[in-house]
Amino acid sequence: MKKYIDQGKNDTRSGYGAAMTELGRTNPNVVALCADLVGSLKIQPFIDENPERFFQVGIAEANMMGIAAGLTIGGKIPFASSFANFATGRVYDQIRQSIAYSDKNVKICASHAGITLGEDGATHQILEDIGLMKMLPGMTVINPCDYNQTKAATLAIADYEGPVYLRFGRPKVANFTPEDQKFEIGKALMLNEGTDVTIVATGHLVWEALIAAEKLEEQGVSAEVINIHTIKPLDEEAVLKSVKKTGCIVTCEEHNYLGGLGESISGLLANQHPTPQEFIATKDTFGESGTPEQLMEKYGLNNKAIVEAVLKVMKKK
Amino acid sequence: MAKLEELQDIVVQTRRDILRMVHNVNSGHPGGSLGCTEFLVALYNEVMELKDGFDMDGEGEDLFFLSNGHISPVFYSVLARKGYFPVDELGTFRLIDSRLQGHPTTHEGLPGVRVASGSLGQGMSVAIGAALAKKLNGDQHLVFSLHGDGELQEGQNWEAIMYAAGNKVDNLIATVDRNGQQIDGPTNEVLPLGDLKQKFEAFGWDVVEVAKGNDLEAVIAGLNEAKSRTGKGKPVCIMLDTVMGHGVDFMMYTHAWHGKAPNDEQLETALSQNPVTLGDY
Repeated sequence: MKKYIDQGKNDTRSGYGAAMTELGRTNPNVVALCADLVGSLKIQPFIDENPERFFQVGIAEANMMGIAAGLTIGGKIPFASSFANFATGRVYDQIRQSIAYSDKNVKICASHAGITLGEDGATHQILEDIGLMKMLPGMTVINPCDYNQTKAATLAIADYEGPVYLRFGRPKVANFTPEDQKFEIGKALMLNEGTDVTIVATGHLVWEALIAAEKLEEQGVSAEVINIHTIKPLDEEAVLKSVKKTGCIVTCEEHNYLGGLGESISGLLANQHPTPQEFIATKDTFGESGTPEQLMEKYGLNNKAIVEAVLKVMKKK
Repeated sequence: MAKLEELQDIVVQTRRDILRMVHNVNSGHPGGSLGCTEFLVALYNEVMELKDGFDMDGEGEDLFFLSNGHISPVFYSVLARKGYFPVDELGTFRLIDSRLQGHPTTHEGLPGVRVASGSLGQGMSVAIGAALAKKLNGDQHLVFSLHGDGELQEGQNWEAIMYAAGNKVDNLIATVDRNGQQIDGPTNEVLPLGDLKQKFEAFGWDVVEVAKGNDLEAVIAGLNEAKSRTGKGKPVCIMLDTVMGHGVDFMMYTHAWHGKAPNDEQLETALSQNPVTLGDY
């Protein structure tokens, strides 16, 4: 199988920050907003170079979403950023009415998503944000897997007209996608071709899926690994093509199984090509404090859990 | 200045439009619409600098955002009578397949509307964003917004009020329709708002009070006074005292007609108090 090399651990939010620095230099319409989390979102370089294009709104996320919507009137491309919990659940109605229903070109950029936020605990570990955002008509939902992909995704959404939810995380994780890989919204990436099982993964779980595939190969199981960075619109063709070949699927995400990528895929498959499926996701529960590694283990979100799920789903074929 | 009588004719015709629109579908919000008629007629026909036609970005013209979207009947009538869309389209208000949704939206492509509103408390933030974009674009034009007084119970407003003052958004004129009524009763009984002028001033705004919010001359004077105070480092607020249901005697001084349509007989009485001026749609 194809080998992927970790080019050095880095956090996905730094990929966002690096792309914002680049956009500050290349796209004069890009503006940034933040709700008292500049350091966490890694956008200080953008602010230093473009102070007039940055809006510090304070701890007032609802106002931030409204201001972002207003800035689009006049041709700006606002990147409104905060922690995923405060950028979605806290301001759902503001996003729904002032951004999604109003067709505003706002980029909601959310760090510290999921359980790998770690020690801060469940108040901050949102595991429902993909569901909240994907249910909004017209909203594009993207969850990149590493530093390089987050940077590429951030650059790509600046050139896309329409509301986007870009979800990334806090911890330093493996950085393994090519630095020059073009990011195509809505286009799944085939990471490893296989014949026995399809593993689709998004966000931090992609690296775990690749490790799982290696372990499975040692057991004689040929796993196809697909990176679905865009949860909406879903690359239905890529999923259908793969399961028609393998006959079973495991979906992997750092999110509740209700409302997540797995749910989108099961809906697709139920309608078009019923297929046995296992879900690597949290099971309708809140998180808790701990290190990211401990939490991934406890909540069944690591490569070990993926291997178990693959062996289980293959028996359902 | 357009002749006062001409503006007054638009006011009366707008009131007829409002009453007939809500009567036709037996739903909608006549009370606040009737109360803000002088304000919106003055704003669009006398005060704002507007380009011909409509484009979303609105560069090189003043902008208006309706935050209390439930008074869509007055907004739609004023926009139609100003030429943004055919006056006959007012007859489609709240009907299936209409661009005139119950609450204003950009989603159906209705010219004149730049953001959806209806879920309360969001419009001031949007207006601030548009005002910031104007500053970035070097556009000297102003941004106006309208808010219900009851709407100020939504916390997002106070985030916006704090932001606008703290960041010297001085190309913004936010008007509060201080009619003292909301769906469940007088604001003083539902949730007292306190001294709104003092509250805005304490947050750092420049406040203009208009005691006669249903007197066209007073409204125009207040709006012009507010305009004269822009560009001086502070956002400007107009406290506009209006009477909910103004122009229809049995709808005034009560919250009863906030969101209730008149029946056939009540419509006839209401229209008789507002005789045709420009012609019905």
